[in-house]
Amino acid sequence: MIHFPILRWGEPYKSLEVDKVFHHATGEQMAEVSQANAGLIARDMRQAERARAVLREIPCKDLLAMCRQAGDLFMNATLPAGDGSQTPDEFVKCQSATTGLPEHMSRFNMGKLAYVLQNLEAILTSLTRGLDFEILTRGYGMENGVMRSYQALTPVLGMVLPSNSPGVHGLWLPIIPLQIGLVLKPGPQEPWTPWRMCQAFFQAGIPKQAISIYPGAAEVGAAVLTHCPKTLIFGSTATVERYHGNPAVQVHGPGFSKILLGDDEVDHWEKFIDLMATSIAINSGRGCINCSGVWASRHTKEIADALAQKLGPIKPLPPTDPQAALAAFTVKGQAEGIDKDIEAALKEPGVEDITAKYRGGDRLVKMERCDYLRPTIVHCGSPAAAMAKKEYMFPFATVVECPQDQMLARIGQTLVCSAITKDPKFSRALLDARHIDRLNIGALPTVQLNWFQPHEGSIVDFLFRARAYQTTAAEASK
Amino acid sequence: MSQTAPVSPDAVKSAAQKLDAHVRDIVQWHFSPETGAPFWLEWAKKAGWNPRTEVTSFDDLTRFGHFEDEWLRGGPVRRWVPGAYANKPTYVFETGGTTGIPKSRVVVDDFRIDYEMLSETLPDSHFPKGSNWLMLGPSGPRRLRLAVEHLCQHRGGICFCVDLDPRWVVKLIKRGAMAELKLYSDHVIDQAMTILSAGHDIKCMFVTPKLLDALAGRLEAEGSSIEKTGITGIFCGGTEMTAQWARFAVEELLGPKVYLAACYGNTLMGLARARTLRPENQFKIVYHAPLPRAVIQLVDVDDNEKIVTQHGQTGRVMITTLTKEFFVPRFLERDEAELEPPCAEFPWDGVSGVRPYRVFAATTTVGVY
Repeated sequence: MIHFPILRWGEPYKSLEVDKVFHHATGEQMAEVSQANAGLIARDMRQAERARAVLREIPCKDLLAMCRQAGDLFMNATLPAGDGSQTPDEFVKCQSATTGLPEHMSRFNMGKLAYVLQNLEAILTSLTRGLDFEILTRGYGMENGVMRSYQALTPVLGMVLPSNSPGVHGLWLPIIPLQIGLVLKPGPQEPWTPWRMCQAFFQAGIPKQAISIYPGAAEVGAAVLTHCPKTLIFGSTATVERYHGNPAVQVHGPGFSKILLGDDEVDHWEKFIDLMATSIAINSGRGCINCSGVWASRHTKEIADALAQKLGPIKPLPPTDPQAALAAFTVKGQAEGIDKDIEAALKEPGVEDITAKYRGGDRLVKMERCDYLRPTIVHCGSPAAAMAKKEYMFPFATVVECPQDQMLARIGQTLVCSAITKDPKFSRALLDARHIDRLNIGALPTVQLNWFQPHEGSIVDFLFRARAYQTTAAEASK
Repeated sequence: MSQTAPVSPDAVKSAAQKLDAHVRDIVQWHFSPETGAPFWLEWAKKAGWNPRTEVTSFDDLTRFGHFEDEWLRGGPVRRWVPGAYANKPTYVFETGGTTGIPKSRVVVDDFRIDYEMLSETLPDSHFPKGSNWLMLGPSGPRRLRLAVEHLCQHRGGICFCVDLDPRWVVKLIKRGAMAELKLYSDHVIDQAMTILSAGHDIKCMFVTPKLLDALAGRLEAEGSSIEKTGITGIFCGGTEMTAQWARFAVEELLGPKVYLAACYGNTLMGLARARTLRPENQFKIVYHAPLPRAVIQLVDVDDNEKIVTQHGQTGRVMITTLTKEFFVPRFLERDEAELEPPCAEFPWDGVSGVRPYRVFAATTTVGVY
């Protein structure tokens, strides 16, 4: 049995309180996880400046090299796992077991994280628009004959991480080479990635004093938010609303990502069905970048029908099956609650579950210890339908009929918008729409992430501020 | 008396017999027209049975069903005052009250009696007689506020208090105003820091776990510590407390010279004292009710009619209060815990691992001060 201790600036600390993590299908206990108390975080954060100090002793380029090596270790090495060790295959099996994600998806996410680590230099170059990293370390420096100064707004970045989507860990990987420490609160069912990634960092030479991991209950998440000057948090719409406008918190919630078919392309909708299906269903529809709405002015019933034919027959398969396309819901009652919510929303006139006729069974599949929700495509005859604003953590999408000239006014907040259009006027309006974060113009899946571009705001802008700085010429040239 | 010494079967039997005798006395008292409270006298008229003749042991209290806390919302609170105490000065204490009408309990002397009993268990070496106290907990219509002050006075000291409105804190948490919550916590700690810096020679303190975290953090940020303030004894309670927190407090906030005593209680029951916290026992917090004045039992989490009897098993907390001032039979608390065996000091069952009852845990705002 693996025991995951708390990591207090790299030092293991075994708590008197532990949480048990179970296999979603067999009920086998997979690990026990030491639980932190809030006061412990408050106390440790008094050492937060040291985390940045130890990282600043290592040049950025060396940290980037260490991260590259960490990517390789994360992907290929046997690394410490709590008080034991773990091969990459064991990691995949454990993560799949507790999160409900099929093993091949866990392996895919692993590769995604390794890719980010191996390309961090290019990613950071892109996010900083080519800034000499030494300027971030020193706080100032000359660039193209102009003095630039950037001040770190925090010595550490706090993170309240989710259980359900291991891919999101890619968002915090660029932090270490920016010489900012990490304070991680893992999701209760996903202790695996934060722990393994940190062990890969340590083996690659990143100082242990730069990283803390605090598993625990909600009060631990609250303590991370309270005691870290900057925090990245994942949560529901309610969490997003709670922290909206708070400059200390970058909140990642449901994406409400969408595909918009322009009037100039909608008559060729058949060409884009595979792109839509991939956007909806890849990674079991769990990500914020998965598409939850396809909007078009016409052919919406045909589009919904084609998607339903493609996705509706997908059934739960064992997590070890390479064809498994659905992740299990491991939190008791969650899938049932979602199913009831969908059924209630389907009662509205003009709203129809098109997948029902292709599924050959119920949407909700109850197992002994976990549940599944089978793909669901709902046609909405109007954007006014309550269903048109829904997003769920499984392959679910609405196909919404809406005139093009009303789309931008009706779609609401959208993390990724893939607009399939060549219409310059519509493209211009899309570019100007401030409620869209990542914009793809053309036939691009919503899930096609370009790591060289910012995601819900640049992490560099979140952690550093550009400011004026003047010194004598002699000093500046140093 | 050693808490680790084995408990004798005779002691367990004797405690149970005393409890049965006490139950008979208390039921006589509360259902006698001369001494009983109007509420219970009215209740008995409608009950269709006579508690005075039909209750002969603790187990017979099952005939009352479960005490409903809704009965305590609203007035007239005089209906709870036993006839024998009708002319005595009476306090009213409240619980909750963030929204709607709070629950009320009338008290004449019970809080004094409870805390005088507790006083006997505090070691004089760390809670010196005659020393002054800081009450760093809720103010307002709370029993705890007056009870701690009485404890201090009973031991010959003077108690310094702060203003702390837990209802405001609950409102802040409910609307997610964490920055304001931090400001309010700072405001409370500011008051404590002022008192501790004013030459009042404070050696003992009541404090809640969260406020101890905050006070220790402030003191350390200013180059001091709990120990350096001169405090030698801390009486801690008011909110949920875990063994991990107790260990953290002892090892990292207090040091070996400061004694931590834990209690579990509420306005309805009074308070249950914890066995001494020991590192060799993984700081396990085991509470024992002050038998025969109050009894803590556990009931099955899924079937609240089934009493948990197996030590180590989890159950929902059920309390019974048996004082001359207040009779509360079989009240189902909003907590769950594990059943612990008797020990030499407390020859009756205790409970450990007290935490919010799983059915309510998702909707309850706990640990507010």
